[in-house]
Amino acid sequence: MNNMKYTVAVIGVGVIGGMIGRELTRYGIKTVMLEKGNDVALGASKANSGIVHGGYDPEPGTLKAKLNASGVEKLFNTALELNVPIKRNESFVCAFSEEEKEHLDVLYKRGHENGITALEIIDGDKARELEKNLSESVVAALWVKNAGIVCPYELTVASVGNAMDNGASLVTDFEVTSISKNGDAFEITSKDGRTVYADYVINSAGAYSGKIASLVGDDSIEIIPRAGEYLLLDKSEGERVSRTIFQVPTKEGKGILVSPTVDGNLLTGPTAAVVASPANKETTADGMNKVNTLALKSVPTVNFRNVITSFTGVRSSNKDGDFIIGESAACPQFINVAAIDSPGLTCCVSIAEYVIDILKGIGLTLEKSASFNGKRNDPHFFRKMNDDEKNEFIKANPAYGRIVCRCEGISEGEMRYAVRTNPPARDLDGVKRRTRAGMGRCQGGFCSPTVMKLIAEERGIGKEQVTKNGGGSYIVTEKL
Amino acid sequence: MENHDIVIIGGGPAGMAAAVAAFDSGIKDVVIIDREKEVGGILRQCIHNGFGLHKLGKELTGPEYAHHYQLEVEKRGITVCADTTVLSVTPDKVVTATNTCGILKLQAKAVILAMGCRERSRGALNIPGTRPSGVFSAGCAQKLINCEGYSVGKKVVILGSGDIGLIMARRMSLEGASVEAVCEIMPYSGGLTRNIVQCLEDYGIPLYLNTTVAEIHGNERLTGVTIAEVDERRQVKPETKRYISCDTLLLSVGLIPENELTRGAGIGIDPITGGAVVDENRMTDVSGIFACGNVLQVHDLVDYVSDEAEIAGKGAANYVKGLDRAENRVKAVAGNGVRYVLPQRVNTRGGDTDIFLRVTAPFGKVKFTVKSGDTVIATAVKLRATPGEMEKITLKAAKLRDVDGDIRVDLEEM
Repeated sequence: MNNMKYTVAVIGVGVIGGMIGRELTRYGIKTVMLEKGNDVALGASKANSGIVHGGYDPEPGTLKAKLNASGVEKLFNTALELNVPIKRNESFVCAFSEEEKEHLDVLYKRGHENGITALEIIDGDKARELEKNLSESVVAALWVKNAGIVCPYELTVASVGNAMDNGASLVTDFEVTSISKNGDAFEITSKDGRTVYADYVINSAGAYSGKIASLVGDDSIEIIPRAGEYLLLDKSEGERVSRTIFQVPTKEGKGILVSPTVDGNLLTGPTAAVVASPANKETTADGMNKVNTLALKSVPTVNFRNVITSFTGVRSSNKDGDFIIGESAACPQFINVAAIDSPGLTCCVSIAEYVIDILKGIGLTLEKSASFNGKRNDPHFFRKMNDDEKNEFIKANPAYGRIVCRCEGISEGEMRYAVRTNPPARDLDGVKRRTRAGMGRCQGGFCSPTVMKLIAEERGIGKEQVTKNGGGSYIVTEKL
Repeated sequence: MENHDIVIIGGGPAGMAAAVAAFDSGIKDVVIIDREKEVGGILRQCIHNGFGLHKLGKELTGPEYAHHYQLEVEKRGITVCADTTVLSVTPDKVVTATNTCGILKLQAKAVILAMGCRERSRGALNIPGTRPSGVFSAGCAQKLINCEGYSVGKKVVILGSGDIGLIMARRMSLEGASVEAVCEIMPYSGGLTRNIVQCLEDYGIPLYLNTTVAEIHGNERLTGVTIAEVDERRQVKPETKRYISCDTLLLSVGLIPENELTRGAGIGIDPITGGAVVDENRMTDVSGIFACGNVLQVHDLVDYVSDEAEIAGKGAANYVKGLDRAENRVKAVAGNGVRYVLPQRVNTRGGDTDIFLRVTAPFGKVKFTVKSGDTVIATAVKLRATPGEMEKITLKAAKLRDVDGDIRVDLEEM
């Protein structure tokens, strides 16, 4: 890897970096994706609401409005190609007072200005007819018919995996600490002294994009990290609602939502609190109470005794409120893709295409590669088989018959596949995000010792070297 | 599709004792399915002693107790289908399972559910803070140490004083770790008295009652926890917050009967026990499906699991033989001071019937009265009663015979 020369280096591998990386391989561009963590999707991409937003919310004329409007269908098509679970489950934005009802009209009009027509304002009774568990105090709702849900970390993993299958490189544990111009090329160096070279740099470092930009003398980006806490509930709560239930948005964000996930759980959250550092990912008693209380305002029957886990994601907001996407004024051939907060996930494909246009505009020659294959094999092929198909498959691949994660029904074969497939899972959380092992009711209590053993075997390392999520997050300390 | 008389799901202490009892009651075609490569269930990781005193009259370790039943199973030539996970059970008793040979379907005349229980996880407790490694359920740590042979940490805090937590406090001390504190949110321990003495007091480990873990710290591995006292409503008292540096947090905060297959079969669940609603034979409300052991109710001692499993095994055998002809079942319900009663349905025309119960809080001397209407069926006096120790009251056949309404158990303090 030393002294490797690439055409484009993408710094930061969340869903934006992954989609840009994939888009670059469509044109056969020699691409490296650099990630400071030991896996992809470790920032906001693993901890967000997983919503495909309709596009009624952004201010008309903004980049957000434009990329959201074009992004929804692009995302649906891409997720399909990548075999990532996505569902057009629609959404409601609920008003609880006459004053809030007026705000629905504003959103409706704004939606139309943004080119979103799949909108309808309905009264509370109609809303409850469609969602029987909705609160009696909902007086009206904006029905968003083009909205959906997607699994954000699977989308990231799939985009990176597809980029790698098409020739891109992924380098993990590569924390960029300096970027300098060496002739025409950027020289990018990591904390541990490794270097890569590239003609163009894409800064998609999420909450750290300001820091990365400043390495090339661009101090224009000021990210305001805003933490959002979530409570995830067991699948027994997964059918409380079929649509995503929002409340009328406030200045702080889109408010607390109640939504099914593509995997059948129920997700509630997020809060919105400015934090000192994007590393502040703790949950708080106040935050969890707030999620609980506000979620019950929309859907009073949610049983919070069935919470299986809580987590915090940190949004990369900025003062201006719009995405920052473009070549840096301070440094040519260095493209910032920053301040990608909501609806960033919805826009990930449209952003990637937008970045390609920018690169074209500044002189990168782009011709579609004949060998590019945008399809990714379905990592969940096994769980989708019927009993007869499974039976046949197990006879040839016995490890698929042995269930390791009993709560989610994940076999040893599926776990080994996750460690062997691009981008390879390297730790417990990596296997979890790719297979769902440990995401169920027992939260890994039963299966983690076995998953640890499989990772150690697959990677040829000792069990004491297997971590939860890289760095010093070891599980066992020493052999007794 | 294979046909069998009795299929037992789970080869832990409950499944094995049920199999032996069913066989000895005359049904020879019994199959045990277990997801692990060897039978024994959680007993295999319980290498401490204290098992078998009541049932076998000797003090054994968990693996020894399991071995005793394993030999009984082998002696009878009962089929064990190991390394096999059951995926579903239907109300008409078709069991679908998977193993490395493929998917198998078994049609049973009777099914005995003996899947055991799981531990409540950190997520279910909503403990604020970060999500580092080093936070284990006590049983998971027990498996890593006793079965896999790895140390999980050096400086430990334990939340919850259930029996597994207490046992693990001692186990971690024996492995050279320093156990800084055992925190219990309730005003009393949920564990057996003998475990508090032998696992904490003998090792000088402090037990803090009315105390919980209020925050978890550390970004990669756990670096410490904040503990705090709680008020009567179990809310943290902020002024009592105290930081303890540690690399390991063990959670022993409750066991949940693992009834996903049970629910899938449409069987009714008791919201208090978390297990199926059963009659005196441990048959659920789906005819021919029985349940026993920790999947039915969480037990204090494995000895009682074996007892309960024998009832279920015999009941399933009689069902297969067509001998279950009880027509006079009444409900048994919990009254004052009683959290739950099991079985929840009792045959009034059968033999002597034991009912099991747990109390709602710790009491001194108490009297239990079992009544139907104004008729007293049984009474029992205990010198003390705690939620951590299951109580048993025997209802005599002669007394039951006159009963035709629901049975209720009340506690009065003496």
